[in-house]
Amino acid sequence: MRIKGAIGILLPATGIVMAAIVWAITSQYVPDLPSPIKTWQESKIYLLQPLEKRGEMDQGIALLAYYSLFRVGKGFLLGALIGTPLGLLLGLSRTLHRMFDPIIQVMRPISPLAWLPLGLVLFRKSEPAALFAIAVCSMWPTVINAAAGVKAIPQDYWNVAKVLRLSRLTTFRKIVLPATLPYLFTGYRLSLGIAWLVIVASEMLTGTPGVGGFLWQEYNSLIYAHILLAILTIGVVGFVLDRLMGLAETKLAFASRVTT
Amino acid sequence: MAFIDIRDVFKAFRTGAQSRAVLERVTLSVEQGEFVSIVGMMGCGKSTLLKIVAGLMRPDAGEVVVDGRPVTGVRSSAAIVFQNYSLLPWFSALENVRLAVGAAFPDWTRGDQLAQARRHLEAVGLGAALTRRPGQLSGGMRQRVAIARAFAIEPQLLFLDEPFGALDALTREALQQELARLCSVAERPVTTVMITNSVEEALLLSDRIVPMMPCGDAVGAASTLGASVDVALPRPRSAGDLMHDEQAARVRGHVVASLSESLQRSHRRRPSADASSSASETRLPVVGTRELTYTHAVSEP
Repeated sequence: MRIKGAIGILLPATGIVMAAIVWAITSQYVPDLPSPIKTWQESKIYLLQPLEKRGEMDQGIALLAYYSLFRVGKGFLLGALIGTPLGLLLGLSRTLHRMFDPIIQVMRPISPLAWLPLGLVLFRKSEPAALFAIAVCSMWPTVINAAAGVKAIPQDYWNVAKVLRLSRLTTFRKIVLPATLPYLFTGYRLSLGIAWLVIVASEMLTGTPGVGGFLWQEYNSLIYAHILLAILTIGVVGFVLDRLMGLAETKLAFASRVTT
Repeated sequence: MAFIDIRDVFKAFRTGAQSRAVLERVTLSVEQGEFVSIVGMMGCGKSTLLKIVAGLMRPDAGEVVVDGRPVTGVRSSAAIVFQNYSLLPWFSALENVRLAVGAAFPDWTRGDQLAQARRHLEAVGLGAALTRRPGQLSGGMRQRVAIARAFAIEPQLLFLDEPFGALDALTREALQQELARLCSVAERPVTTVMITNSVEEALLLSDRIVPMMPCGDAVGAASTLGASVDVALPRPRSAGDLMHDEQAARVRGHVVASLSESLQRSHRRRPSADASSSASETRLPVVGTRELTYTHAVSEP
């Protein structure tokens, strides 16, 4: 067990070191790409004083990440609040599904960069425009999974509802919702991943403080090491978010365990 | 008029452009308080018939009348027990039963509903497993929960769809006895229709047995009901007594004869057989056949 645990740490560490070596070598040949060591030296003030606020964009990395996360949280929540009932409805009604499925399939692949200008036109301010872009981009996995979850409810459970003569509301609360919960959480997990992808694009375009805004500003100020810092931060935060949602998903897996 | 009146029911299933008749000219009357078993081979349409009688499915022709009113949906006084238990895996045994009680008696307080659920779970010996989820219960215990759920709504009508089909032999026997006991102590007479493929099970529990078999020679012919046989044996009955009882042997003989005759017919596939000769008078000497296995059924594809 102990050996396995050691390998479990050693192997990923080796991979990270190898990637860093490739990065270091590449930086020797590309003059504008800072080496790992230079990146660390120029970034350590952000990392070592993560909660320091020096200016609007010049803040500790934890603060910047917090702004971004907060924005993502709001946009994601908005998307989930619209997407969950919409998905459940589409799952319950074949008519509605046939009515709206084509629209969803067309909306789904639209990039956040395309939604953002529309958001700015609609709301005239960058903050609501960013939320709009996050919500409208990230809600589709929730919608699609919620609908799939409802459709996957075994006939047995519908029979229970019929035999017990449960009211519509009770059927929804006691059967549809618990049966769909694991699907919903898979949808939420995917949606959150997309919301995090969208945040960078929307902050870059609107210039609001956050990891994405910081990235874009440092590019404009020619401080390339900070671009790398922002990229790594985005990756790590995204990874942690996904893991947390994954944990929530497994906690709920009991509900999907069909016992016949 | 009988309590349950099944009149000339016809049902076909469509797969693509093809339509296959499953039930044809099914007619049966069940008196109030009677326990009737429909015995037939696997896949002969028994469950379909039960679903129609219970109101879960509509017949294509004919009708089912219960207590003078045509069946259009599941009645509030009806309970159904399925072979696969049909419990909700995210609720405890108690909540599974409480949900049924709550739907049947919405104006009771939650405390009363819980008490009723607990009482009926205790009656099937699950007093110690109230908080367990179906996933944490054995097959026999799950079916006990399903039976408790059925009786907890104090039903007038009880439909049993091969309730013991998925259980091992020992558990099955224990549960059969339990069901017989529950039926006998119920507060109001329960009219029961049970679907089974075991003649022994039908003998043990029913007042009357109706064989169900294909009504034609062709492979995949629709099924209909044969002539019913009364089981006028005293209760409580035990499997051991039935093995040696003369009347039980006669009933068993009649049912087995009806079923096996239709089997032989479809084996031979005579071109001009009487398509409706389901009510057979022949009594084959089948004494000693205790459990029927229909693995060689060829009437179904």
